[in-house]
Amino acid sequence: MYSFKYKKPVSISDAQACLAKGSESKLLAGGQSLTAAMKLRLSSPKELIDLSAIAELSGIKIGNGEVTIGAMTRHADVASSASLRTHIPGLANLAGGIADRMVRSMGTLGGSLANNDPAADYPAATLGLGASIVTNERQIKADDFFLGMFETALRTNEIITSVIFPVPTRSAYAKFKHPASRYATIGVFVAEFNGVVRVAVTGAALVVFRFTELEKVLSQRFSSESIAEIKIDESGLNSDLNADAAYRSHLITRMAMQAVDSLQA
Amino acid sequence: MTVTVSMTLNGQAVAHAIEERTLLVTYIRDLCRLTGTHIGCDTSQCGACTVHLDGKAVKSCNVLALQAEGAHVTTIEGLVSSDGTLHPMQEAFKTHHGLQCGYCTPGMVMSAVHLLKIIEQPTEEQIRDQLDGNLCRCTGYHNIIKAVKEASKIMAKQA
Repeated sequence: MYSFKYKKPVSISDAQACLAKGSESKLLAGGQSLTAAMKLRLSSPKELIDLSAIAELSGIKIGNGEVTIGAMTRHADVASSASLRTHIPGLANLAGGIADRMVRSMGTLGGSLANNDPAADYPAATLGLGASIVTNERQIKADDFFLGMFETALRTNEIITSVIFPVPTRSAYAKFKHPASRYATIGVFVAEFNGVVRVAVTGAALVVFRFTELEKVLSQRFSSESIAEIKIDESGLNSDLNADAAYRSHLITRMAMQAVDSLQA
Repeated sequence: MTVTVSMTLNGQAVAHAIEERTLLVTYIRDLCRLTGTHIGCDTSQCGACTVHLDGKAVKSCNVLALQAEGAHVTTIEGLVSSDGTLHPMQEAFKTHHGLQCGYCTPGMVMSAVHLLKIIEQPTEEQIRDQLDGNLCRCTGYHNIIKAVKEASKIMAKQA
């Protein structure tokens, strides 16, 4: 990778100051996407600002009907959190299925959302649960956050500090994994809030999206049979080495059915 | 060479002047001369570079040395006791012939040792699932699974 300068601020205001002073600087969270991209020279920031020394960016807090997770909380810690498992097991399970154990030791929630890889898992949970992304400037609703491929509503120098997840009645994530990278060829997050269902799909298109037809049907009848014949239009879905658009369309329905079935057991 | 990084490596304090872009695997292999940690794919898929960072398995080819500043890092060389006794995981890999060319092996062993910290008595299915970050081209994984199962039994008895 190309050379860069490195800073390690100890507070959020410190990090803000680093960003304001620097040019072509990027925040370093777990580095599991960024370091890999920099090694391939797909990304070459002139400065990295390492957030790992800012303790207040990590942690899982249970609130009233919601769970707040710090942006630097590692996937492994989200997956193993007993309190999160009690309130939103679907989210803990999603975190436990990201990549592999070594990536989960380092990768973070905030890093995943800020990067917004079209096949990342966390965007599906964040959109599926209708979470709020809290930054050092404002709160952004999930429905407004994911704009395009690797593109979010974050402004320059804006830092994600935490994400507030509302606690659903129930939720589950079903993922068809790429065998080597463990990315989601397709990942579907289904969440029910007192009869109102949200369905978020990742890996299928250029950005995570809500499958509104499935949401309507599942809100009326929460069963996999009721959605078995519903397929999303292939146009707009990715076709690549791993799966063509038609196969992806098929997989979306199958993964949604798996997620629903897992909640019926 | 513009910054200094220091850490505890296999129980020993180490420090070197490095470029900021130095990867942890490069630091371990080239500067500290511990070449048991291997670079397989360099794209963070194969896991041959797996080491422990503060007790957690990480892919050292995808971590900057600076991210390990002040931390405890354990490599495959650090599993052996000071008197030369092999770690039960290493013994189990020997007994069950859990390797052929040996290139993935340090990463497999380090990953498996971490696995047993999280799940003390994993089922075969759990071992297969949890070692998905470590790729082996030679063995077909059968003997690796047997070795990890055996090690979990030995270590349970020792506990």
